[in-house]
Amino acid sequence: MLVFLLRRLAQSVFVLIAMMVVVFFGVYMIGNPVDILISPDATPAEIEETMARFGFDQPVYIQFLKFVGNALQGDLGRSFVHGEPAVQLILSYMPATLELALLGLIFSIAIGVPLGVYAGYKADRWQGRAIMTGSIFGFSLPNFWVGMLLILIFAVELRWLPSTGRGETVEVLGLRLSIFSSNGLQYMILPALTLALYKASLVTRLARAGTQEALMQDYVKFARAKGISETRILFVHVLKNIMIPIITVLGLELGSMIAFAVVTETVFAWPGMGKLLIDSITTLDRPVIVAYLMLTVLIFIIINFAVDVIYTLLDPRVRVKGEAA
Amino acid sequence: MSADIHIAPTTDPAKLWRIASRVAGLAVVAALVMLLGGVGLPPLWSRIILLVGLVALAAVLLRGKYAKFFSGPSAYVATACLLLLIVLAIFATELSPQNPYDLRQLDIMDGRQPPGSTNFDRTLTFHLGTDEQGRDILSGILYGLRVSLSVSIAATLIAMLIGVVVGIYAAWAGGRIEAILMRIVDFQLSFPSILVALMLMAAFGRGLDKIVIALIIVQWAYYARTVRGTALSETRKEYIDAARGLGLPAWRIVFGHLLPNCIPPLIVISTVQVANTIVLESSLSFLGVGVPITQPSLGLLIANGYGYMLSGQYWMSMYPGVALLAIVAAINMVGDRLRDTLNPRLTR
Amino acid sequence: MSVLDIRDLQTHFFTDDGVVKAVDGVSFSLDAGEVLGLVGESGSGKSVTGFSILRLVDPPGRVVGGEILFHGQDLAQLSNREMRSLRGNRIAMIFQDPMMTLNPVLRIETQMVEAVRAHERISHAAARDRAITTLAKVGIPSPAERLAAYPHQFSGGMRQRVAIAIALLNGPELIVADEPTTALDVTIQSQILAEVQELARETGTALIWITHDLAVVAGLADRISVMYAGRIVESGPTEQVLAAPQHPYTAGLLGSIPGHGRRGERLTQIPGMAPSMSRLPAGCAFAPRCDLASEMCRSTAPMVTETGAGQGYRCHHPNAAQKVAT
Repeated sequence: MLVFLLRRLAQSVFVLIAMMVVVFFGVYMIGNPVDILISPDATPAEIEETMARFGFDQPVYIQFLKFVGNALQGDLGRSFVHGEPAVQLILSYMPATLELALLGLIFSIAIGVPLGVYAGYKADRWQGRAIMTGSIFGFSLPNFWVGMLLILIFAVELRWLPSTGRGETVEVLGLRLSIFSSNGLQYMILPALTLALYKASLVTRLARAGTQEALMQDYVKFARAKGISETRILFVHVLKNIMIPIITVLGLELGSMIAFAVVTETVFAWPGMGKLLIDSITTLDRPVIVAYLMLTVLIFIIINFAVDVIYTLLDPRVRVKGEAA
Repeated sequence: MSADIHIAPTTDPAKLWRIASRVAGLAVVAALVMLLGGVGLPPLWSRIILLVGLVALAAVLLRGKYAKFFSGPSAYVATACLLLLIVLAIFATELSPQNPYDLRQLDIMDGRQPPGSTNFDRTLTFHLGTDEQGRDILSGILYGLRVSLSVSIAATLIAMLIGVVVGIYAAWAGGRIEAILMRIVDFQLSFPSILVALMLMAAFGRGLDKIVIALIIVQWAYYARTVRGTALSETRKEYIDAARGLGLPAWRIVFGHLLPNCIPPLIVISTVQVANTIVLESSLSFLGVGVPITQPSLGLLIANGYGYMLSGQYWMSMYPGVALLAIVAAINMVGDRLRDTLNPRLTR
Repeated sequence: MSVLDIRDLQTHFFTDDGVVKAVDGVSFSLDAGEVLGLVGESGSGKSVTGFSILRLVDPPGRVVGGEILFHGQDLAQLSNREMRSLRGNRIAMIFQDPMMTLNPVLRIETQMVEAVRAHERISHAAARDRAITTLAKVGIPSPAERLAAYPHQFSGGMRQRVAIAIALLNGPELIVADEPTTALDVTIQSQILAEVQELARETGTALIWITHDLAVVAGLADRISVMYAGRIVESGPTEQVLAAPQHPYTAGLLGSIPGHGRRGERLTQIPGMAPSMSRLPAGCAFAPRCDLASEMCRSTAPMVTETGAGQGYRCHHPNAAQKVAT
């Protein structure tokens, strides 16, 4: 098990290095950052001076090594707009995005798993077909349009929930979170639902396929021969077996949830790091863009790593193989 | 019985079908060249040829499998819906009351009119209302449909081409080349497409050509992985060994044997992928880094109307959104049916 | 009254290629404490018969005719809920492959306790106690600790003991055992056979032991029914069937068992393959493989000839069969 984890760790480091190269050459080499740093009517001497100050006059590889060196010390530059260190800025926006993604994940499981298990149980009946057709709509609805519709229905027409913004936050372990205050939670429901819809369709499909397969297994027939109720067979015997692949996929999808939060946060004016990214793109705040990318990659790597660990804990078979190795 | 026809290529029906598919394919390509190059037949005729060619291609693809494809009412609805939307997109120029890209035709005085109102001299009725620049929403939707569809179809086709070349080359070459190519593919696929596309567009700036390039870069790895998987399982089969044993040149084995076997899964994937690409393109346009403001796609139309949504002027965002949902859902449902029809391995 | 009385059971599978009559007119009955060996090749319909009793035939299969009387009550008339309260409680089943029958992600404790509590309103602790006692009865060492284990932590033989323990948990009146020892190696097979026999005797449980191996039931069963192509071709008390088989198929099965008191003799073998169930011949299903087949065999299927209570055969040439075998 330790060997396995170490190998995964080495892979992660490699991905991180590769990403540093891509981000550096991608963001720093396209266009000239000096153009945005100084006013258009600056004299050549002034341009020269700024170039030297930021080190842009040095050879590419030196710049790259400097970038890596600073990055390793947690320094990805200072935001042009906010004047704060970019990493610190992103980190202060991160909790809002993470809690949104987490609630979205919970929603997608809560919606997708029961629907999928039921669709798998009634696979050849109209109920199963209807759920599958519905899941196609879930795939097809563009994220931002769903958000708009939800605002229109629940905030503008029915006035049940607030439309945009974040609401009250509570300080938990030094982080400002909405999820623990009832007012904040109200603000979270619509964006989290929007974020969850696509993944809920994915979970529905996974759960249905898993259920169909599990229902053909001998252990289900044996459970029936024991006289166990169908409900218990579905939601204990089948569910526990299909949750392993679902959690794996969803865990991996948490990263894409954070990425897709860019759209949702824009629609709901949710002050997370996705909104910050879009704002930074419009203002060409490169250090923030770079910091966002690097931190997201780091999050992805951590998530992939965590999924492997959770997977090992969930599946007793993997656990034993690991111990033996 | 159709299986028998399949095995014996000398029988007449199969030959006819193959000729039909080539003619249809040529017609589609020719019509596109004429439309894009502005030469040859008048645009209306080119469009009709394009539509007929597309329908003929679909018919060839599904020959002998209609019953399986049209199992259930949703298949009929989705196909009819998709066909209607394609017709609307192809004939947008002829059908639209107004050319929404021609700023001279727009009058700021007609801005933000509700559905059913008319313009100043009552020559034009805005059935779905107008946006802030006085653009007829219906015309905007028809043209936007064309932009969304053509951007994603073009991006998907080119990405597929690149993916097929890379995937088959990797499977055929094997060894270190394969390992390196597949590492690159894995690396790219480990990042969400929207993030990659967003970064690319941030670097490129707005533009139709730029968004097509960004969408190609986002997708190619996906095809490369799929094609390589299929090609690998095919190269292990005996008939490839037999073909190699016969001393056939590599390109004949690749084009004559490997490629045809990779096509059914590719068609299924690319159909669904066109839908995903439409969503991705509209999301980027919504975020303000997609198509240029002068040529709005569905996503940009929705974004433009978003600000007025909360003040009750819902039509600017609502109707383009419905059109977007309809086209994406129709493509996804047809793709779903195609997967069941063309991919016997996935069905029970 | 007999525990189980099956009359003219018909279980058919409605596939795309046509109707497969997997069980086509099977009848037998079973008294308390009696052991019936149901013998046949794979595909003969013996397992489907077992699943039909528990009403666990998977679609496209369906019981389309006949009666299954359990203590005189027709099981087909019961509601799903009533049937479920019988399953695992008064009628239990043991499956063929112990690797597949236990849920891999649930602890043994969960799987045993739920089987008890599905039928009795007792506490978790009480159900657990019963599970420990039953595990000890089937020969699992230190059962209390083993309860916390997952199935993959047991060997194949141990898993089948656990499955047998689950079947015994609620003291059933009838156990249907579907080739429970086929997947195990020979020494464990004989241990389990001996233990099951003892447990059945002790509790007066009626037992249907389904197998393809006549040798297995020879020492275990009180009576034997031989199935071929969805029908019972011969049944009777074990000694009689073994000593004087009436049907050539039974005789063929006997001839292919080594060491049946015939040292130095050649083992015989039934020629040909088991027939495809969707394309059965018009007359006797065994005719194409039978040395004694006549014109009559090929044109008309033989009816059951009763030779005593629960004793009979389906053959046009019964005595000839015996002569060939001996």
